[in-house]
Amino acid sequence: MIENMKKKEHYRHAVYHSPFHARTSALNTLNEWHRWKDYTTADAYFDTSLEYAAIRNACAVFDLTPMTKHRITGPDALAFLNRLVTRDVTKIKAGKVGYCVWCDDNGQVIDDGTIFHLREGDYRLCSQERQLDWLSRSAYGFDINLVEDTHEVAALALQGPTSCAVLKAIGCKGAENLKPFEIGYWPFEGGELMVSRTGFTGDLGYELWTDFSRALALWDVLFDKGSIHGIRPMGTHALEIARIEAGFIQAHVDFLPADQAIRLGRSRSPFELDLARLVDFKKPNFNGRRALLEEQKRGSRYRLVKLDIEGNKVAHAAYIYDRKDNGNQVGTVTSSEWSPSAKANIALASMQMPWGRPGDELWADIYYQREHEWSRVKARCRVVEGAFFDPPRRRATPAADF
Amino acid sequence: MTDMNPIVIIGGGHNGLVCAAYLAKAGRKVLVLEAAANVGGAAITREFSPGFRVSACAHLSYLLDADVTRDLSLASHGLKFARESLRTVALGANGNHLVLNGGTIEGGNLPAADRAAYAGFHANLRKFARVLGKQHNRRPPRIAAGGNSELIAAAKLGLDIRMLGRDPMREFLRIAGINVFDILEEAFESQQLKGTLALDAVLGTNLGPRSNNSVLTLLHRMSGASAGLPSLVEGGMGSVTQALQKAVLAAGASVRTGATVARVTLDGDRVSGVELAGGEKIAASLVISNADPKSTLLTLLGARHLETGFAHRVRHIRAKGMAAKLHLALDGLPAFTQLDAALAGERLTIAPDLTYLEHAFDAAKYGDCSPAPALEISIPTVHDRTLAPSGKHVLSAIVQYAPFDPRASNDAARAGLLTRTLAVLDGYAPGLSQKVVASELLLPADIEREFRFTGGHWHHGELSFDQFLMLRPVPGAAQYATPVNGLYLCGAGCHPGGGVMGSAGANAAREVLAAVKS
Repeated sequence: MIENMKKKEHYRHAVYHSPFHARTSALNTLNEWHRWKDYTTADAYFDTSLEYAAIRNACAVFDLTPMTKHRITGPDALAFLNRLVTRDVTKIKAGKVGYCVWCDDNGQVIDDGTIFHLREGDYRLCSQERQLDWLSRSAYGFDINLVEDTHEVAALALQGPTSCAVLKAIGCKGAENLKPFEIGYWPFEGGELMVSRTGFTGDLGYELWTDFSRALALWDVLFDKGSIHGIRPMGTHALEIARIEAGFIQAHVDFLPADQAIRLGRSRSPFELDLARLVDFKKPNFNGRRALLEEQKRGSRYRLVKLDIEGNKVAHAAYIYDRKDNGNQVGTVTSSEWSPSAKANIALASMQMPWGRPGDELWADIYYQREHEWSRVKARCRVVEGAFFDPPRRRATPAADF
Repeated sequence: MTDMNPIVIIGGGHNGLVCAAYLAKAGRKVLVLEAAANVGGAAITREFSPGFRVSACAHLSYLLDADVTRDLSLASHGLKFARESLRTVALGANGNHLVLNGGTIEGGNLPAADRAAYAGFHANLRKFARVLGKQHNRRPPRIAAGGNSELIAAAKLGLDIRMLGRDPMREFLRIAGINVFDILEEAFESQQLKGTLALDAVLGTNLGPRSNNSVLTLLHRMSGASAGLPSLVEGGMGSVTQALQKAVLAAGASVRTGATVARVTLDGDRVSGVELAGGEKIAASLVISNADPKSTLLTLLGARHLETGFAHRVRHIRAKGMAAKLHLALDGLPAFTQLDAALAGERLTIAPDLTYLEHAFDAAKYGDCSPAPALEISIPTVHDRTLAPSGKHVLSAIVQYAPFDPRASNDAARAGLLTRTLAVLDGYAPGLSQKVVASELLLPADIEREFRFTGGHWHHGELSFDQFLMLRPVPGAAQYATPVNGLYLCGAGCHPGGGVMGSAGANAAREVLAAVKS
């Protein structure tokens, strides 16, 4: 398949197979797939609940290869990234990873992602959406080398309490000393395995990066050495539960990428996504700075909040009201799930200002179906600060074995 | 203003000087920095051969802002016209010349219907051009930003169009965006008349007669107080900027020539001044650039100090020049076939028909200079003896078309175009080329080098709907302020555009004064 892409015969494949496909397809007993950024991706392998349970109680592996990846090098790489994203990239030292968002000129979020400062002056930018066009435009006037290498870098997320033990078992000596958002390198199969203590689950976990040719060897050694640590494959559904518990946002779910919004007012600024900590006005110029300064003066239109909702009816796409009856609609749920770990009915919601302050009286108008019949319930919501599930092992260094 | 640092104006072209004069008159401390040895930018008179002087870029005055002339007392600072309201002599083969004088046509073999239709055609265009003229001294509205004053400004433009009356409004809206070829074909039979009027539309642009937008450029040419009738400035166009310089100095501003700005300097998110090519740094309270928008924002400032979307728009400003400038030193007045010598000092044009003009454009689209170029010719020495030794003459011509990046080398393209242009001239004035004692032909690349316009486009950017009013030069800088705090634009790249008007400079000064109240 990759050969075909190099020969520019990609059109022969409507959907790509990841380099792990030989293993993931064998394990996908449900045969449930969807298309993620043009790659065949498993929804679930054997049972979403059990896959989720592996994330929180043992460890689970997620094929991350389809995530859009870019390599940015050259004398102006840092200056380029600092103009691109809202946070101060000088603070992401070599060997560190930083979460970031980037905006258009109007201060509206185009996408979020992670900057990996691989080695001094050598960066990887991972994004949720395809960004080559915006990055290429943004590169004008900077001396950088920009390559999208999504189809060259194989990546797995290894997430859960026993993930560090598995890493050590496959030969990553000292992996326990990696701090959150740190990168380590180990020799692997005549090449290199890069390990970052990052993930989308809010748990102890790592992401493993190598080239396509070593992908199957990586999978095999993980499942061979990991079986005693309860390793399981996980699909997107299980990851989604963990993501919402961690309070992470997702493009096209919790916000609409600004470059894809047609109607005025449908996009969101970083402030409106509860990401003010990622905006550093001390930088003299970055995309969106002027508009965000203006927003700071004028006030935001929305805020993103975490809600703990009474009862057990999941508030899919529910409207939020300011009173139980005859209230005004003041927000909309963007992500929702029953949280097995927090034992709570949780949601992320986009609220109109000023609603969404801790202590505000808020009601979710939830429609749900039982045996083919729709019912409706008004459930009281409580605004929660911090992640819904935030185990100390997520940050503890050295990481324990469990 | 309490800030002791001056307002620095980059570039002493006519707009930079106009802006400086207005600011200085309002009591601001102003310093104009000009890279060349003299001020003037593209409105200069210079010697191109010993004893022969010529307006080196713009050579006729069509659009000079009447308010600017009055407010800055340019007449008392020495601005004089050697001849006002020149007629246009459309040179015809075998001596069949048409003489256009505003709305009337004198002489020539012209179908009676054309002669009759011309008055109405001209009056209509003039009426529409006045709508554009009314916008010259207004700040273009910011349509996306909202706000009542912006809406009122936008409404004024709409009202000006509506006040034309129902039928004229429909006609205006019908023709404004289309091409001059179509409206001329509707109105006239005479190829010579159509070619001549089409030349007015495409002169100095990157358009052929069939290119859409060519009605708009024609209206722009007619939008000034002179209604498109050109005048000849005594001493050449340099006299305009010399008078402006006197007005600037009289108002108390300073002018430094030979001072090339290498970059605009920043302090945090604010402009702090400029750095000259020699490394000298000059602190400024504000920087206003008369340089074209691309040079200012991408070269002097740098795209990295702008946001991606804005920088992208600036990069894509269409500013590729298509006009060359010819200067001939002649040892006698050329004799045009059957042309009364008294008319030799009028504006002469060679554009025999629409197809001739379109073919001239076709070649240039594909990277070659026109095989048979169209010309706008002025022999200023008929009326102005300050430009050449006694008995000698200067011929200045705009030559259409010459691409900015010719397929051949620029030198080869220049040599070929000179030969062909002289051949065209000899066709109308036999023996003209034998009178040539010296010649100079500037292609767009030469114009870029001498006058520092990116792309060699003397309007600092094509005058077309996508770069007009609130879209000129690009949204986000159309009200003269750029997104960078303290950095303004004041050149022809801004509304209302080019043609030695001075309006952009005056408008920019008003914006600065409104934004920075003392």
